[in-house]
Amino acid sequence: MEKLGGLFNPSSLEMDAMTDLTVYIIVISAAILGIIAFAVAYIIIRYRKKPGDDTEPYQDFGSLKLEIVWTAIPVAIVAVLFLLTCSTMNVIQPPVKDHEPDLVITGHQWWWEIYYPKSGVVTANELHIPLGKYLLIRLESIDVIHDFWVPELARKIDAVPGHPNYMWIEATKPGVYLGACAEFCGAQHANMRIRVIVENEEEFKEWEKQQLVIPATPRAGLAGEGAKLFQEKACMNCHTIMGTAAAANVGPNLTHLNKRQTIGAGVLTNSPENLAKWLTNPQKYKQGSLMPNMKLSDNDVQALVAYLEALK
Amino acid sequence: MSSRIPIVPENTEPLPRLRENEGMLSWVASVDHKQIGIMYLICCMVFFLIGGLEALLIRIQLAQPEFGFLSPEVYNQMFTMHGTTMIFFVVMPFLIGVGVYLVPLMIGARDMAFPRLNALSFWLFVFGGILIYYSFLTQSGAPDVGWFAYSPLSEKPFSLNKGPTYWALGLLATGIGSVASGLNNVVTILTMRTPGMTMRRLPLFVWMILVTSFLLIFVIPIITSAFAMMLLDRLLGATFFTPAHGGSAILWQHFFWGFGHPEVYILILPAFGIISEVIPVFSRKPIYGYEFVAGSTVAIGLLSLGVWVHHMFAVGLGDVTNLYFSFASMLIAIPTGVKVLNWVATMWGGKIIFATPMLFATAFIIEFVIGGLTGVAIASVPIDWVVTDSYFIVAHFHYALFGGSLFAIFAGVYYWFPKFTGRMMSETLGKWHFWLTVIGFNLTFFIQHFLGMMGMPRRTYTYHDFPYWGSMNLISTIGAIVLAVSVLVFVWNILQSLKRGEKAGGNPWNAWTLEWATTSPPAVHNFDLVPPVRGRRPLWDLAHPDMPDEPDAKVV
Repeated sequence: MEKLGGLFNPSSLEMDAMTDLTVYIIVISAAILGIIAFAVAYIIIRYRKKPGDDTEPYQDFGSLKLEIVWTAIPVAIVAVLFLLTCSTMNVIQPPVKDHEPDLVITGHQWWWEIYYPKSGVVTANELHIPLGKYLLIRLESIDVIHDFWVPELARKIDAVPGHPNYMWIEATKPGVYLGACAEFCGAQHANMRIRVIVENEEEFKEWEKQQLVIPATPRAGLAGEGAKLFQEKACMNCHTIMGTAAAANVGPNLTHLNKRQTIGAGVLTNSPENLAKWLTNPQKYKQGSLMPNMKLSDNDVQALVAYLEALK
Repeated sequence: MSSRIPIVPENTEPLPRLRENEGMLSWVASVDHKQIGIMYLICCMVFFLIGGLEALLIRIQLAQPEFGFLSPEVYNQMFTMHGTTMIFFVVMPFLIGVGVYLVPLMIGARDMAFPRLNALSFWLFVFGGILIYYSFLTQSGAPDVGWFAYSPLSEKPFSLNKGPTYWALGLLATGIGSVASGLNNVVTILTMRTPGMTMRRLPLFVWMILVTSFLLIFVIPIITSAFAMMLLDRLLGATFFTPAHGGSAILWQHFFWGFGHPEVYILILPAFGIISEVIPVFSRKPIYGYEFVAGSTVAIGLLSLGVWVHHMFAVGLGDVTNLYFSFASMLIAIPTGVKVLNWVATMWGGKIIFATPMLFATAFIIEFVIGGLTGVAIASVPIDWVVTDSYFIVAHFHYALFGGSLFAIFAGVYYWFPKFTGRMMSETLGKWHFWLTVIGFNLTFFIQHFLGMMGMPRRTYTYHDFPYWGSMNLISTIGAIVLAVSVLVFVWNILQSLKRGEKAGGNPWNAWTLEWATTSPPAVHNFDLVPPVRGRRPLWDLAHPDMPDEPDAKVV
């Protein structure tokens, strides 16, 4: 059987606590629903009007005692729920105080910018985090309100322009987790996806080291032609590639594009064929995306693909 | 009967008669609360069909992962317009319309306190609806930023199309109408009751309309001012909600939910009122714990004003704020629970007749309890962080607003149709409608709880092929198609019954409130004679002089 996601597969300390709370509340709710449904079912069977019986039943106007009882019981249930709520929040949301964030995630229409302030790594749409480390994440937005949501790993938290938010996360199971933007943010809200790669510390360190290497800019061949095109066409007006003149922040940083699993914030898997398709007409795969159709010739597309493939 | 004494003084002016009132123009020019009520119901029915069609298109697009039935733009317009339509142009005006029709009859009055204002409210509602739907015909299309229109997405820099402008203007117009109708109801209920109709004897439906009307007066102006600010931003370049220029993105949310949460109770309290009228009549018993059912309504109304931030737990307002609003939201469960238990207790020991209105009222209890319980769950901050903006929320509020408000509306339509038209609705078609609705509704929405917990975000035009997502969404879409069929049965039933329904007579259900003391449909002047009111059930007292509800009550 394939694995269910979200609450059915909590993979962090925070999600464990929230899953427990959810289970308690589901059990209490199911009990209440069961009692009421049972009472209604009993009434339907027992108190249906018999044919031919035209007398009126006993006219019962109420009972103060019963009203007090069924006011008091929900009061008690609400009190229990509220205490559970407080204690769970204590677990997942300890005060930030003067911690420096380990990660800064910025929402853009419609992709995620990821910055590791401690090492200086910048990447997009794919977040690598070490297993078993308690991390503080800072959420920002450059344009409209987005919401960072990786169902197995963490609570939802809004990325609000002008109002940075913080969230703690400690992953407990290695793996790749898929997430999305949860706050409606415009045309391609559906395709603002994020992948979180939880790996052990050595793997993470390795990845971080590799990300800091500035890739060599190819000078010759098809890739060299692509590198030139990248600077000449409008690409550099929106994207950054370290070690070149391209340093804009409208679209994702492409410095190590080759190392990513997807392109277009999760729309297509990253392969030379898909990259070519994407460059030929991004609007076909992500209609309304801010990357326009540049009307590139097939030759230009091939050259750019060769260049981007070289960005390891 | 000798105990009937004329309360309404003899009118010296000749009263207009229905026959003279049948032309189209007489409807348009009408200030009669019954004609206005009927026009509300007809318009809402039209909007209900449009909003339902939008829902169906949404569900077809989601039937399969990565399906290409609707483009993202059209999908975003559809869910924006579906939400806006169902809330502002179906449920709210429907309940206002039923109120406009019934309140004067139930309190033994000739008309609303301000009949012309009543007509103005209705026409503002129609005008707003036309304005919003006109946007489909413009070049830039319908509004596409969600019925919540969060800034800065709904601001000029991120939405150049004119949809959101039409949206704000249209809702501004209907909002003014709603405040006026709230004022009209309050004045009517407080000042125009027939002698003997004390506040403690008001029918519960009237009580709930009264509380709803106060809510309308308090909260609609909040959103109306926010619409004005949004229009200033969009049309004149103000920056109230644009953070890049010193505005606040979160301010809009406070305005919106400051109105939007009480709005939820504006949509459900009159529905509670309908249920509180239907259940006693078909159980043949008085409502159990009248004071508590009425009092809990007031409690819900007051609490609803202080819980709006539970829509904003993910915004990052801080733990103390979140916990206060979490607690206040959970408190609403208490008066709501009291209501549910009183309805169940009313049925207990009765001799229940399961005619269509009672079927819908009984199903309402179960569906609404599901919606209410998930509501308590998401009042808990950490659970909200998990499921907010996911399909769990879609499931939750459809259980509250479809399983709740709409089931009650259906119960109300079957219950009062004979009064409105003089004819009974078909019970056979009614039962078909009921079962198709129950099956379709639960098939569509129950599974969405699980989709949400598995991580499916809402308001997305497409989704990845995660395990089981495709099949679960397909089940939901099949449910939506069953619902569409049930609505067709309902419409067919109305049209057929209008033409050849059985003649109803004054009081076909043997009910007890004053609206059943006149002819069906009532004459323009409502009553020839208002029966004496010596208790909560004037017609019971008339029929059972040996055991009146309040044996010591004096004739006024």
